[in-house]
Amino acid sequence: MSETLLMGLTIFVLAMFAGLEVINKVPPTLHTPLMSGANAISGIAVIGALLVTGRVAPTIETILGVIAVIFATINVVGGFLVTDRMLLMFKKKPSEK
Amino acid sequence: MNLIDSIIALTYLLAASLFIYGIREMSSPATARRGNLLAAVGMFLAIAATLIDRQIVSYSWIMVGIVIGSLIGAVTAYKVKMTAMPQMVGAFNGFGGGASALVAIAEFLRLIGETDSLMRFDTSVTIMLSIIIGAVTFSGSFIAYGKLEGILSGAPMTFPGQKVINALVLISLVILSIYLVAVDHNMSLFYLLVGLSFLYGIMFVIPIGGADMPVVISLLNSFSGMAACTAGFVVENNILIIAGSLVGSAGLILTQIMCKAMNRSLANVLFSAFGTGDAGAGSIRSSGDKAVRSVDAEEAAMIMGYAQSAVIVPGYGMAAAQAQHAVRELTELLESRGVDVKFAIHPVAGRMPGHMNVLLAEAQLPYTLLHDMDDINVEFPHTDVALVIGANDVINPAARTDKSSPIYGMPILDVDKAKNIIIIKRSMNTGFAGIENELFYNPKTMMYFGGAREKVQELVSEVKKL
Repeated sequence: MSETLLMGLTIFVLAMFAGLEVINKVPPTLHTPLMSGANAISGIAVIGALLVTGRVAPTIETILGVIAVIFATINVVGGFLVTDRMLLMFKKKPSEK
Repeated sequence: MNLIDSIIALTYLLAASLFIYGIREMSSPATARRGNLLAAVGMFLAIAATLIDRQIVSYSWIMVGIVIGSLIGAVTAYKVKMTAMPQMVGAFNGFGGGASALVAIAEFLRLIGETDSLMRFDTSVTIMLSIIIGAVTFSGSFIAYGKLEGILSGAPMTFPGQKVINALVLISLVILSIYLVAVDHNMSLFYLLVGLSFLYGIMFVIPIGGADMPVVISLLNSFSGMAACTAGFVVENNILIIAGSLVGSAGLILTQIMCKAMNRSLANVLFSAFGTGDAGAGSIRSSGDKAVRSVDAEEAAMIMGYAQSAVIVPGYGMAAAQAQHAVRELTELLESRGVDVKFAIHPVAGRMPGHMNVLLAEAQLPYTLLHDMDDINVEFPHTDVALVIGANDVINPAARTDKSSPIYGMPILDVDKAKNIIIIKRSMNTGFAGIENELFYNPKTMMYFGGAREKVQELVSEVKKL
């Protein structure tokens, strides 16, 4: 096992615990925005896609990379925007605009 | 580490902190919007930092991808109806998973071109995992999308030997991965692995009924995070690992909550092909010899209008009939008459976790009126009237009392403990689970037959006349 892999696994386990901790505190009323927001965060794969796409002169990998960039960007942009749209609707009082 | 690499690494750390802090801010509706914005800023920073990476030499294709993706994402986000939120989240999960799988495929192709010998064990293992998880998320999500959107039948699709075939596909995936990692990077086998991964996603979701889609969507949400996480191991990038595991744990928690709310294990949801998939399609009809009391709008309005406390129990039937705005009008009217109005939200009231809350928020009902199952159940015994709109299985007392019932043990809203019960329903048809509801025959219950929207509107005009 390489040091990078070990480091990655350490970060993975700790991040899982951090995630469980903060997400458990989210009330059921916000579960849909939580899911779509988390969904947007999973678009982080865009980073991997950027690295793959920008590397060299166009090859088959570049094409796969561009599709990956498109997919991940849909995920990121759509996810954050729709979450914002939903959260904007949550009001404490009906008069509050 | 040179200066640019340090800047990138520190920006990633900042982005990861913003993700965690952003999710933490989602613990209250008052701060949730800021939380989402902070997470978005984190994402923007992470992308910007990546673009200055020395590995990236050409930007034209990247820009093409970002522009197309942003346009599609933005248009979808603004156009989607709140009732269609589950399938949209489903589709987005799929795109996220697909992206991770493509990254891993591209990495494999690149590395195989660089050397003739076997690639590093760590790399090849994580590539295989990333492809399998990502591809399963991709195709599984689009089947879930199809089921929720109504393109595919919501009913479980089953055929003889299905479980055996699914198991064989899964075993083949494991064997292929081991071979590709340890023996030979054979291209045909690699493409077979990719193809079978996509196939497995389809086969894994088709036997699951439409009613169980909230669980599937939550689970695929978790998968999309795990896919990003494994892609992070492939490209050796910590921000992917951190963000991916955050999403992975969010999905896991929501999956667990959904399963608990339905009193079923995850294995039961995934493998039992449960439910009919369509509301009202249940095969068991009411026996007919039991007495049902029905009321008209005027009588229902009298009971509601002169009550001290009322609890409204919305189900997906209310949303399907677009009755939310009429319900809000009724709520305001009752409140102006001094009635204490609350809403009881069952965790599986909508088509995804928390869906009903969003639908009611869209109708401008303040979130302070919406109560979770545990909070509201203690209040039913002191409630003058419970108004049930388009909910069925989640209020069926058989879940508490009848050990032979398929829903026995499922946590329900104790509507039967209220002093009066009014149920708006089209007919006596059974719900998703296809089981009779004895609550309809309770002497305290009044059935108010008709479409949710018209009936609530009639109720509004009758209450106005009081």
